[in-house]
Amino acid sequence: MAFHGSAMEQAGSHDRARALNAFRLGDRAFYWITRISAILVLLLLGGIIVSLIVGSWPAIVEFGSAFLTTQRWAPSAEPPVLGALSPLYGTILTSAIAMAIAIPVGIGIAVFLTELCPLWARRPIGMAIELLAGIPSIIYGMWGFFILGPFLANTVQPFFIDLFAGVPVLGSIFGGPPSYLSLFNASLILAIMVLPFITAISRDVFATVPPVLKEAAYGVGCTTWEVVRHVVLPYTRVGVIGGVMLALGRALGETMAVTFIIGNSFRITPSIFAPGTTISAAIASEFAESDGLHQSSLMLLGLLLFVLTFFVLAAARLMLLRLEKKAGKQA
Amino acid sequence: MTDVSAAISTRATAPASLIDLDAPAKIAVRNLNFYYGQHHALKNINLSIAANRVTAFIGPSGCGKSTLLRIFNRMYDLYPGQRVEGQVLLDNANILDSRLDLNLLRARVGMVFQKPTPFPMTIYENIAFGIRLYEKLPKSEMDGRVERALRNSALWNEVKDKLNASGLSLSGGQQQRLCIARTVAVRPEVILFDEPCSALDPISTAKVEELIDELKDHYTIAIVTHNMQQAARVSDSTAFMYLGEMVEFGPTNKLFTSPADRRTQDYITGRFG
Repeated sequence: MAFHGSAMEQAGSHDRARALNAFRLGDRAFYWITRISAILVLLLLGGIIVSLIVGSWPAIVEFGSAFLTTQRWAPSAEPPVLGALSPLYGTILTSAIAMAIAIPVGIGIAVFLTELCPLWARRPIGMAIELLAGIPSIIYGMWGFFILGPFLANTVQPFFIDLFAGVPVLGSIFGGPPSYLSLFNASLILAIMVLPFITAISRDVFATVPPVLKEAAYGVGCTTWEVVRHVVLPYTRVGVIGGVMLALGRALGETMAVTFIIGNSFRITPSIFAPGTTISAAIASEFAESDGLHQSSLMLLGLLLFVLTFFVLAAARLMLLRLEKKAGKQA
Repeated sequence: MTDVSAAISTRATAPASLIDLDAPAKIAVRNLNFYYGQHHALKNINLSIAANRVTAFIGPSGCGKSTLLRIFNRMYDLYPGQRVEGQVLLDNANILDSRLDLNLLRARVGMVFQKPTPFPMTIYENIAFGIRLYEKLPKSEMDGRVERALRNSALWNEVKDKLNASGLSLSGGQQQRLCIARTVAVRPEVILFDEPCSALDPISTAKVEELIDELKDHYTIAIVTHNMQQAARVSDSTAFMYLGEMVEFGPTNKLFTSPADRRTQDYITGRFG
């Protein structure tokens, strides 16, 4: 004690000490509750990885690294031949096409909403985007199967097939025949599904750019495009890339809608209008009637998806680091 | 009051007759009214800003001085619901004309803000960025322009070894001088300062004020400030605004030593504001 008080003050400080003690107990409890929650996440993650590895072990032993390079998927052959090449290819390709469409459109919508849109239209458009995010994926799947697929096969695909017919590489990428069920249709559905993520997150982070910073850019004579390109996007790059990664994560793992419209074919063809499959679509459509090595191979596919997602996240981190270096190190 | 008089008397000013009257008007404001939605923020403003002089705007918060400044580069255009009536002539051409190219106007009328606003890029790029909007220069020439802008803003010696560091890594005062350098680099005709020192320490403030004094050889300067000593130190003429009206406008030493209006006197002697 730094000072000597009267008896009454001492009694008061005694009560204070007791009250503080109670707080301290609460503090400790709080500390442990949060700590246990954090540890729980790590345990869950570890548990999922371990069970995936255990479940896929027979397939790893049987096929080894050939699993990654084999295109054939014949679970009922004697002996079964199972390879992940086709679902891997389909997963990466559909996600890549989906992101190629969704990133510019999504960021474009966000820029329009924050910089250009008249005030009265902001809320309705913003709400429409958020509603788009709320549509269950099974509905996207049905819509893709019954409406979008036929529409693409009857109009969009023939147009591209005719357009690029005879052109060397493009001719085979956009090669016929048109199909209701194809990698391209799945990519388009994925693009529509992840669009709201990119837009909503970009819009929110664009709104965090200090108005005075934008004014400064307009003040040296920038056009809206230049302000967005050189000030808004660099200022918000971490948030925008975060949104894009969230979207990519969803695209890589999206199951229901893709299973509906991708065609579930394990043959790799150069055309994006041909049916294909993805990891999650393959698992979803075969898991129920699988056993033994077949089931183990599906588990291994799941493990691959897990690893793929991990690498994507790591690549995103690396990209952010490089961007930061380019913008100059802080302090 | 004594501080202000001291600032006036220690400053080497030209005789009052030379100030303001003989310099040609760079900006002339005629019957200007400004509205934020329903709110009538500027009421019938008339004044002229002399070329190659520093004109200060003082007055209590909310009197409309920043609003007036933001009309000179049409910054208000970014926000719906703000509108203006009247005329603002820059070299005898009305800048309120809706057909005017805003980007060109803002290249001619630069602005430095209350808070330092370095762009999220390197120090070098912060300067080169603005130049690149208007001119395509080879690297060596660009280097020269960037160096000159930084020298003119008295920042070169502090940053020459770290041009590739982020503009955000500088101190507040350095950031503000970087923003001045950026504004100067695009070679404007008029520079608007909106309380440029309100976020700075006294030493940085002194540097910025010195800079303003040097800049007026080449530029016409308008500065909004809450700091009366600062207005007295840096400006040639001063406008006192109150509740959206231009109460008094004249040579700085006259306005501070023998104000004509009762409200001006009350404000500069600290009776309100």
